[in-house]
Amino acid sequence: MTTNIDQLIVDLCKWVAQFSDDYLASNFPVVAQFLHDYPIITNLIWIFVCIAPLMVVFLTFFAIATWLERKGLARIQNRIGPNRTGPLGLFQPVADGIKMLLKEDITPRSSDRLAHFLAPVILLVPAFTILSLLPINRNMTAAAVDTGLILFFAIGSVSTLSIFLAGWSSRNKYSLLGGMRAIAQMVSYEIPLVLSAVTVIMLTGSLDTSRIVSAQQLSSWVESSNPWLQILGQIVKWNVFTPYGFCGFLIFFVASLAEVNRCPFDIPEGESEIVAGHLTEYSGFKYALFFMAEYVSAFAINGLTVTLFLGGWSGPNIRPWGSDDPNALLIPGFVWFFAKMFFLMLIMIWIRGTLPRLRVDHLMGFAWKFLLPLALINIFVAGFYYYTPWYIGWPFGFAVNYACYELLGKLNRPTTISSKRTYHYAT
Amino acid sequence: MLGIGIIKGMAVTAKNFFGSFVSKKWLPTVQYPEAGNTITAFSRNIPFLVYDKEDSPLETMRCVACKICEKECPPQCIYIVQEKDANGKLLKRPRIFDIDISVCMGCQICVEMCPFESIKMDSVFELSSENRFEGLLLHRENLLKSNSYYHQIHPQEAQEVDDRLAAKQKKAAATAAATTPSTPAP
Ligand code: SF4
Ligand code: SF4
Repeated sequence: MTTNIDQLIVDLCKWVAQFSDDYLASNFPVVAQFLHDYPIITNLIWIFVCIAPLMVVFLTFFAIATWLERKGLARIQNRIGPNRTGPLGLFQPVADGIKMLLKEDITPRSSDRLAHFLAPVILLVPAFTILSLLPINRNMTAAAVDTGLILFFAIGSVSTLSIFLAGWSSRNKYSLLGGMRAIAQMVSYEIPLVLSAVTVIMLTGSLDTSRIVSAQQLSSWVESSNPWLQILGQIVKWNVFTPYGFCGFLIFFVASLAEVNRCPFDIPEGESEIVAGHLTEYSGFKYALFFMAEYVSAFAINGLTVTLFLGGWSGPNIRPWGSDDPNALLIPGFVWFFAKMFFLMLIMIWIRGTLPRLRVDHLMGFAWKFLLPLALINIFVAGFYYYTPWYIGWPFGFAVNYACYELLGKLNRPTTISSKRTYHYAT
Repeated sequence: MLGIGIIKGMAVTAKNFFGSFVSKKWLPTVQYPEAGNTITAFSRNIPFLVYDKEDSPLETMRCVACKICEKECPPQCIYIVQEKDANGKLLKRPRIFDIDISVCMGCQICVEMCPFESIKMDSVFELSSENRFEGLLLHRENLLKSNSYYHQIHPQEAQEVDDRLAAKQKKAAATAAATTPSTPAP
């Protein structure tokens, strides 16, 4: 057992497991025998033990994020934002929650009751499940799967289904339109999302999320004795500093905005056009579940962005003094992970405060005519980068990516813009 | 460069965000009710009735109960009954002048239509009441406010109105003076 604060929680977990095993074996041999005979029970208990902290932590994050969003947006719009509930309005999420719980839960009479009920539940399950695939710290992945990345995308795309289920089961034209828009949008943006992640998989040679993170650390520097080298070694190899990673990061981030229905890609909800899209007929706690699932999946996809491109749990970190364990870290890795995740969340809020909603055809055009070709070119750049020394691959890769970016922008411009518009009804 | 517009827009919102922490210009919010309110001379809310002399509101009210405003009010929220004296003769004064402010939409059409400069817009806004039926029905007594109050809330407009009325009176006096000698004595 290491004496490393970084691994404190992991060690604690192991210790508790060991202790309870011993305790049960010595005091309650019947129970120990039972657990030994039916390992599925033991597994279920362990799954619960792994999932419960995730739920608690991310629900807290959800509350913090709603508060941050309201305050941030308010400041961007020269307002103060919630400030009556507790200091700085910090208890606003609590007040929101109570309000949502006390509201009447209305199911439209003509709706498909079962589907209407199931939709928010189905949405919440994948949102929380994919969290368990993220490496929050070294040895801290709730479900350490070899093909974690594939599983993440596979489970994550279930949310499309549930949004459509919500839209269809409401028997409301606006809901249905919202659901159709959601399907069109999410299916389209899934492709650039996955293709930009492919570059990382190519260069790492693994689908395991924790190996993707460790590939972004320069172990020879991290294990050296110079603290500056230790700090740098945790940063320099982040994928975002490579040409394919930078381009991939941008594509991935934009596509993830669309995947989780964030502004400017929130046309499935588009309250200025179709009331509230798939949420139109939802009220009370079911609405709150949708809201929660949206934020949790935003956190999950940000966590994946951090894992793939921003070095996961590695950050400017040094070894604690007097520690000879080369893996020891002064600041626990999950602090960096969550900090980076919140940083991306703040950027999402900032974007929401800035950009207007896209039009439907622009949205589809952006995915198919801009992001998709760019992601494909990026894959070639990644291959090129792999086979050349970095001093050739780096500038060349950046140049190619930038040239393609500008070129695609030029090609996507409408060819004929009449210089003078004529208005029929307005003057 | 492609996408430079987005970066510029993000810079603008960032400026607003950080500016709201440093300067009043970027954060004009007033913490009502603790920090009071800011009624400007341009605020218009519900109508009120003007009278001229402080001590005798009923006698000097300008309204003559012509009911033009009652007819013109789009949501029909004014109700007027003309006053009669002991002999049943109609007086040029309303006995009942009610405005249902739960219906009034503040369109100011009554003000535009009144030929006697009698009904004007107020700028009060703390009008909530515990009784949503009677509490929001303002009567003649609630609506009557003095000309000096009018000067206080909308000084410029009130001055214009006063000038107009004075000119009218002068003209009326002049025509009266001009016509009096020509009328043959009975
Ligand atoms: S302001 Fe408009 S709605 Fe209100 S009383 Fe006057 S005419 Fe009627
Ligand atoms: S307020 Fe003006 S328009 Fe209305 S009844 Fe009185 S004098 Fe006539």
